[in-house]
Amino acid sequence: MQDDAPLRRPLPALDDTNRFFWTSGADGRLRMLRCSACQTYVHPPRPTCPTCHHADLEPHEVSGRATVVGWTINHHQWHPAFEPPYNIAVVALDDDPSLRLTTNLILTDPDDIELGLAVEVQFLECDDVWLPLFRPIPHGEAG
Amino acid sequence: MERFEHSSVLRGIGMSQVGRRLMRDPMSLVHEACMAAIADAGLEVSDIDGVTTSPGAISGPPTGYTFGGAFDVVELLGLTPNWVYGAAEAPGHSGPLVDAMLAVAAGLARHVLTVRGTWESSHTALLRSGRASPPTPAGRLSGRAAWHAPFGAMSPANWIAMQATNHMSTYGTTREQLGAIALNARANAANNPWAIYREPLSMADYLDARIVSTPFGLYDCDVPCDGAVAIIVSHADSAADGLHPAVGIEAIGSAIRERISWDQGDMSHEPLQQGAADHLWERSDLRQDDVDVAQIYDGFTFNCLSWIESLGFCEVGEGGPFVEGGTRIALDGELPLNTDGGQLSAGRLHGYGLIQEAIIQLRGDAGGRQVPGAEVAVVATGGGAPGGTMLLTRTR
Repeated sequence: MQDDAPLRRPLPALDDTNRFFWTSGADGRLRMLRCSACQTYVHPPRPTCPTCHHADLEPHEVSGRATVVGWTINHHQWHPAFEPPYNIAVVALDDDPSLRLTTNLILTDPDDIELGLAVEVQFLECDDVWLPLFRPIPHGEAG
Repeated sequence: MERFEHSSVLRGIGMSQVGRRLMRDPMSLVHEACMAAIADAGLEVSDIDGVTTSPGAISGPPTGYTFGGAFDVVELLGLTPNWVYGAAEAPGHSGPLVDAMLAVAAGLARHVLTVRGTWESSHTALLRSGRASPPTPAGRLSGRAAWHAPFGAMSPANWIAMQATNHMSTYGTTREQLGAIALNARANAANNPWAIYREPLSMADYLDARIVSTPFGLYDCDVPCDGAVAIIVSHADSAADGLHPAVGIEAIGSAIRERISWDQGDMSHEPLQQGAADHLWERSDLRQDDVDVAQIYDGFTFNCLSWIESLGFCEVGEGGPFVEGGTRIALDGELPLNTDGGQLSAGRLHGYGLIQEAIIQLRGDAGGRQVPGAEVAVVATGGGAPGGTMLLTRTR
């Protein structure tokens, strides 16, 4: 979905190491960097693997499914682009729960947020960046 | 076991005026604190041969977070030190004290001045009135902020709130339990003449306050203020030369054993506390039972609760019941906590109000808030960014 908010969110500076991540949503798929030698996911992206120290890392498509491990409803206006209240969450990716993303959940009732809530990625297109947001997986479709 | 910390003592302390919107040049606050600490130590300015501070000089327009760096202190006091060091990347807010102890143990300096000053309250007021230059207009984000700010996660209030919700869901921790930390701080602040907020705070006041970022309301958050604290770290062989009983450093903890990240680790506690906590006990024969007073970083109530667990004063997940009702952490409880009122009520001096209070308690000079016979204090600062711990003693 396109970001049609009146004010642009603050956006990340893209470089040759992180561009794959922030533009991965162009085809609707989430990718995380993975070491080709030891298969360990590496996030945030960097040129070498902190586990085996190889320098051969490649973006790897993941399922886009995740679990909520932390959240808050923010009520303070820190930035003009974000009108409170709004939710912020940290999700653990199902492909490797040690991979975490800070994100926003797409839902209407914040009371629906709970620890362990199953969610899936839905990208928000902002200029040249696709922000990975997450929406609850309807009951019966999880797993 | 002999440790490098034992080469040093904490010989002098000095605090500037502390308050909200003082509208003073922060260097005048730093000067006041430094001169007070040097006098308190029974030293002359010319005796100071080392300076440490945190976070050190920051490029760009002032932010209010700090006054400047170690070089500014040298210029301010007209020093000719053998060694100075100022840096943001340190084990906790107490990192510059560790740097000072290392320099003393190494023989590089004998009397190191460690100072931390902040003027966040006045700076915010100056920005609002157009009397200070705003921060450089934000371009694209880099560093850690790039992973949080695009989602509106702008503040530690947001990052730490998400750990607090995890803790509450995982262990059943309640807002009233977090509130016990805020109420305890306020009760202690009533006996501290420099504390900013000293009027009584009830649980109803706490629960009814405006929400900042769930589960945190206003009274879960510490108080931005103006002020400076200076501490003199001297060689232990000069301990008897001071005007006050010197405070010893039994051990410090500085280890990093988790990802340096707000979101890439276990969300059930504040990150980067456990390493510094475990490291402390690994480096000392003292145990939790030996601690008489705890000065623990309370930027938010949850930081403090998480440190209590990390330091092993209770099991992980039991922090809520541990602080519930406030009896255990009260001045006459088994673990008197943040006896100055902490940052929640006394003001956010980025750890240095807490550290100074530990020294005052061990000197026995805390007046109406004195823990009788306090001999061992634990200090914990930071978390989220790497934490740091210290065990301080009246005698060693």
